[in-house]
Amino acid sequence: MKLRNRPETPETPALSRRGFLVAAAGTGVAFSFLTACGQAETASTAPAYEPTQWYAIDNAGIVTVNIIRAEMGQHVGTSLARILADELEAKWEDVRINHVDSDPKWGLMVTGGSWSVWQTYPLYSQAGAAGRMAMIEAGAKALGVDAATCSAANSEVVSGDKKISFKEIVRRGGLTKTYTPEELAKITFKPADQRKLIGKPVTSLDVIEKTTGAAVYGIDAKVEGMVYGYPIIPPTRNGGQVNYVMDAPAKDIKGYIQTVVLKDPSNTVPGWAVVIADSWYAAKKAAKAITLEYQNTPTMNVSEKDIQDRAAKLIADPKTGSVLPTGNTDTAGAFKKAKSTLDATYTTATALHFQMEPVNALALEKDGKWEIHTGNQWQSLVLPWLAKALEVDEKNVVMKTYRLGGGFGRRLNGDYAVGAALASKAIGKPVKMILDRESDSKFDSVRSPSVQKMRMGFDKDNTPIAMEQHVACGWPTEVMAPFFMPKGEKDVPYDPFAINGANHWYSVGAHKVRAISNDLASATFRPGWLRSVGPGFTNWALESFMDEAAHKAKVDPVQFRINLLKAEGANAGSAPNAIGGAARQANVVKLAAEKAGWGQTLPAGTGLGLATSFGQERDMPTWVACVARVSVDKATGNVKVEKLTLVADAGTVVDPDGALAQMQGASLWGLSLALHEGTEFVDGNVKALNLNAYTPLRLADVPELDISFVPSTEAPVGLGEPATTVVGPAIGNAIFNAVGARLRHIPITAAAVKAAMA
Amino acid sequence: MTSFTLNGKKMTVEAEADTPLLWVIRDEAGLTGTKFGCGIGMCGACTVHIGGKAARSCVTPISAIEGAEIVTIEGLDPKGQHPVQKAWQDLQVPQCGYCQSGQIMQAAAVLKDNPSISDADIDAQMTGNLCRCMTYTRIRAAVRQAANAMKAG
Repeated sequence: MKLRNRPETPETPALSRRGFLVAAAGTGVAFSFLTACGQAETASTAPAYEPTQWYAIDNAGIVTVNIIRAEMGQHVGTSLARILADELEAKWEDVRINHVDSDPKWGLMVTGGSWSVWQTYPLYSQAGAAGRMAMIEAGAKALGVDAATCSAANSEVVSGDKKISFKEIVRRGGLTKTYTPEELAKITFKPADQRKLIGKPVTSLDVIEKTTGAAVYGIDAKVEGMVYGYPIIPPTRNGGQVNYVMDAPAKDIKGYIQTVVLKDPSNTVPGWAVVIADSWYAAKKAAKAITLEYQNTPTMNVSEKDIQDRAAKLIADPKTGSVLPTGNTDTAGAFKKAKSTLDATYTTATALHFQMEPVNALALEKDGKWEIHTGNQWQSLVLPWLAKALEVDEKNVVMKTYRLGGGFGRRLNGDYAVGAALASKAIGKPVKMILDRESDSKFDSVRSPSVQKMRMGFDKDNTPIAMEQHVACGWPTEVMAPFFMPKGEKDVPYDPFAINGANHWYSVGAHKVRAISNDLASATFRPGWLRSVGPGFTNWALESFMDEAAHKAKVDPVQFRINLLKAEGANAGSAPNAIGGAARQANVVKLAAEKAGWGQTLPAGTGLGLATSFGQERDMPTWVACVARVSVDKATGNVKVEKLTLVADAGTVVDPDGALAQMQGASLWGLSLALHEGTEFVDGNVKALNLNAYTPLRLADVPELDISFVPSTEAPVGLGEPATTVVGPAIGNAIFNAVGARLRHIPITAAAVKAAMA
Repeated sequence: MTSFTLNGKKMTVEAEADTPLLWVIRDEAGLTGTKFGCGIGMCGACTVHIGGKAARSCVTPISAIEGAEIVTIEGLDPKGQHPVQKAWQDLQVPQCGYCQSGQIMQAAAVLKDNPSISDADIDAQMTGNLCRCMTYTRIRAAVRQAANAMKAG
């Protein structure tokens, strides 16, 4: 598939191929999309249309919006429901959200990539507007007036001094209305200045339950008759095979039942043994008393250095990897003409997700159907694995939806659910499996370490005329979802989530971006998608290197960037998502620099640094710039981040408070990854397993944040990740401006700063 | 057998003496608002009140709580409207929400002892509670707002 386009979702084809139906449905009105090939007759009986409902209005006037995205802290239901409710003209107090279970009727279920609002916006706007038209038509009939005299607002249809509520319209029944695709396409949305919910402050629908302990997460799921499972994770992620189990000492532990070595036809959890007990703590305790012996695996001695050395070797071999279609990729020719060149290599260390809720799942079989109760971001990906592991048809597996105690990409890969399902199958009982923190880290789908080689060529005026970025790391998409990989030059596929960000909007002449899969990385671990994916490390290299280039060219780094963000050719931008192109990126760079007082005189050892990004994908750019203000203790190399100033242009902001929350969290993630996180592979697995060794940002180290949005009515794009990508390089550049130390590895340590100062 | 008071109700459990209080609260009492995060007392998601003080229930064996009064997020306020909860709701602090029971219990205990808390002390007292969504700036502001409300009230 072509990934640079909006990823295919059921919505897009639904709009182009399907009619829209409003049908009386028992106590409510069901708004459904259905195929336009003569199914309207059967469509008029409500139960038949339930599978394609996006929302319903019941006879109490409650609008229930179905949400197929996972709630993991982004208040996604609140954002999406209000898009629909705004066009429907429903009162916010009447709106409820319903997070649905997995079912083929929803099509692709995935929550990630900062896609949710961007993908859902056209669909839900249209669905809401169509519902409003249906309400107006039925309301006009009830009021005995011409529909042309009616309008809708606050869950009512109004004509002059007459009005009728949505509730009353539904109660009267007899609603049927279909829209052809042509009619649907003609629906016009209201002008931005008439929006009542989009862009306005509303209370998120999930906040109260998250302050009272009432919110139910995957780890809280329970069913009658379940037992608890504690998995013993093999030494390496791949190739595990248990030779021997000795559980005699565990039999003295109260509550211990048995240990099962899983047989996994899907090869998702190789080498897993699951300790079963009547309480989770008993299972964990019993695990300590059990001896297991494993077959040796090829990766059992692999270190971080081995993985990075392999990356460097792959980069040095010009035959490896995929070159992205960035226009003129003939850098060799351009470099020949260059008067001077700049080279640098950047690296990033392995990073853990460390989501607060360790991965877990409850699995059971009921009447030949498997139920998997768990928090998950990509149901459509894990369902086939589950079916293969259980040796059943996919239609006999359903995933029940729960809140996620943090996603950050970890739960895009639902591998853990397979362990629970196989344990349940083995013992014939519902199994509630929870990984403890150490196991969660060992089994994490980490962000791969990366090596990036950068090169720039300049003409006699120190203007860039050629640039290369070669990026080698483990590719999550190649390992887990190869069907999602687009093709580069010569039809060589690449993982967009391991290279995006390098295909930037600067005009640098010839531009080669090469993505290389590190085979030793993907043999050693299952590479993961981690919040901000590719740009989380490609932009570290890119924006640090742009700063180096500016200093080499003796141009102010802000001006250097603005000079290159010319918005010409491929960087001019295009409708609908990237109108304005690089000019909008130049704008946020200017604004952030101004807000942060770029150019001011600062105390010794203090510096400002700027970095910018277009977010996650060229086809849905979120323009962001960040200025970091840091002070560096020259004696120790300790870095204190004093302030982060961020400006984002994300088009229309649907949920202002939620957008701010995402920017706050994403920017602090960037800070945490740059200064506080990172681990390394030792003997085939990660070294840091818990908070005594892995140290994400804590409250005491949180700097002042100044975050603002450029007012805009352009298409809404993503906000969950872009801010993560700019903070690290902004800090690195600020350190350089403070003490002259250029850092080329994250996490940045005090020792590295001190060494770079010398 | 261990007896204690949980959210005002007497409770006796037969779990092994070394069982962490967290799992008794979650799986025997069925109160799942208290969360499991790290299991070593370093993330704070499992924070409850024991005798009015914030404590990490994941590293508190039930043998240590005989006769104690335990309060969890569910028992903090009958209507979920403790000043700390109200501040959290007002400022829309939670994102994923998983750590927030622990954050709220930590803040409630700290502010009960010291509603005139300084900004530096808010940082010092709350920094043991990890929030992976990084809602920290709102946590700071909400603790301050709750402190003001508790001082006034």
